[in-house]
Amino acid sequence: MRLNCPLVNQVLQSFVRDELSKAGFHRVVVGLSGGIDSAVSCFLAARALGPENVLAVMMPYRTSSPESLSDARAVVEALGVKSEIVEITSIVDGYFEAQSRANSLRRGNAMARARMIVLFDKSMEFNALVLGTSNKTELLLGYGTLFGDMASSINPIGDLYKADIFKLARYLQVPQSILDKKPTADLWAGQSDEDELGFTYAEVDELLHELIDRRVSRRELLEKGFRKDFIQLVVNRIRGSQFKRRGPVVCKLSPRSVSHDFHYLRDWGM
Amino acid sequence: MTGKFTVALAQVSPKLGLLKENLQLHLDTIRRAKSEGADLVVFPELSLTGYILQDLVPDVAIDPLNAPSLQQLLQASRDIACVFGFVEVSDRYNYYNAAAYVAEGRIQHVHRKLYLPTYGMFDEMRFFAMGEKLRTVRTPFGPLGLLICEDLWHPSTLYLHVQDGARVVVTLSSSPGRGVRTHEGFQTSQGWEILLKALSQFYTVYNLYANRAGIEDGAYFPGGSMVVGPVGEVIARSQTPGEDLVLAELDLDEIRRARLFTPVLRDERLDLTLRELTRIVRQRSQS
Repeated sequence: MRLNCPLVNQVLQSFVRDELSKAGFHRVVVGLSGGIDSAVSCFLAARALGPENVLAVMMPYRTSSPESLSDARAVVEALGVKSEIVEITSIVDGYFEAQSRANSLRRGNAMARARMIVLFDKSMEFNALVLGTSNKTELLLGYGTLFGDMASSINPIGDLYKADIFKLARYLQVPQSILDKKPTADLWAGQSDEDELGFTYAEVDELLHELIDRRVSRRELLEKGFRKDFIQLVVNRIRGSQFKRRGPVVCKLSPRSVSHDFHYLRDWGM
Repeated sequence: MTGKFTVALAQVSPKLGLLKENLQLHLDTIRRAKSEGADLVVFPELSLTGYILQDLVPDVAIDPLNAPSLQQLLQASRDIACVFGFVEVSDRYNYYNAAAYVAEGRIQHVHRKLYLPTYGMFDEMRFFAMGEKLRTVRTPFGPLGLLICEDLWHPSTLYLHVQDGARVVVTLSSSPGRGVRTHEGFQTSQGWEILLKALSQFYTVYNLYANRAGIEDGAYFPGGSMVVGPVGEVIARSQTPGEDLVLAELDLDEIRRARLFTPVLRDERLDLTLRELTRIVRQRSQS
């Protein structure tokens, strides 16, 4: 999969600038994890708006790896954006004090949502919108926390697969240490996206591109050499996470319902 | 008027649903086009209203026969012809994605979009009625044809315009960019360029293409407005994906020359086409 990086860079910078200014803003807040997705979002915003209009918030939990913080700092230094560190340990642990049986999934979700609370609060303080950091691979697989890391106001990277993010990151000259490391949600020590998912991003991006973008049939996918169980696994993940990509279901009662037939863009009147 | 005239393609970014602001944008742009010496200024599809209107359609619709809001625009057209896009409401309360040719202070012609894309990201047929007619309009630049965006992707529309005498065909467009995996710009922009070049050459006419700039809920309009001459050559094109005014001088003698070298229009056999089309339509209705 090729990617026209100069074009994508130019379009996404316009996107950030225009969608923001139409809504009456010129600043963003972005959560910097030390990973490649938030680094790319942050680079795009800093280039589009100027570093003084970007607040990068680093939100470590007590188990977060120290490299995550140092990699996030490398992004801040490379761009000269404003930055802040907000520890989420007390928020998360405060809640789980009375929830002793919570497993790591619940804890991970709570961390992602604690970060969401911080970002949306900081966006009020900084008079900014929250910049999204979910890529297309994650969005399709549902590999993210609903109302957690999936929450944002505008997301410049939501139509780019993980493989595209790597290409764009290299083009934008994201720090090398971030390009080199294995993708991780860093919710617990040693976590790796690819181990957890059970396949590599390279494999799944290729399949998603065929399945979603090119609408290739199941028969053609098999002919192309994709394994049957792998296709099924990915299709099940997409179907099973559709709820994360839609708003809450509302029961239709009136002739015109907000959720069903009230068709206006967000850019209405902008 | 001699066979030479200047056109201006107004690659603007209208605001969604804000008629008044967009009207002002038109007046300002018309003034600028005039000062640049243009005889004709062309705006993009739905230039008065913005593109992804959905439920806003009835709120921004205009009855062109009774539209006080258009008075200033009509006055501005006393010494420059103007093509713009708007939502037309008919006396049957049908809403059309429409384009008007205005000159000498009045509306000379309205084209209603014939082909309403309703697939992928497009949902036009849900909100608009389909146009039923294709007519050229008499202008100082010779017979002129109007088309709106998807209309041109059905080359039969251009074929009919040209057979009806059009020497200049104007396509108003609000085409969002899609496809970023090739080296040269959006895949969709390349599609437009191929189409415009090929059709200009096949039909030996001038094709004027005005696409909008700006963004609506993440749908990015990459401009790419251009004028293509009767041998398929790009005469002028926007160099920016943002707002722009593209000027070009057209010379109707170029059409005469193109048709000397490539008299495909002279040799076109309408009766044959009609006969075979009639047969195909009959067979389809019987099968």
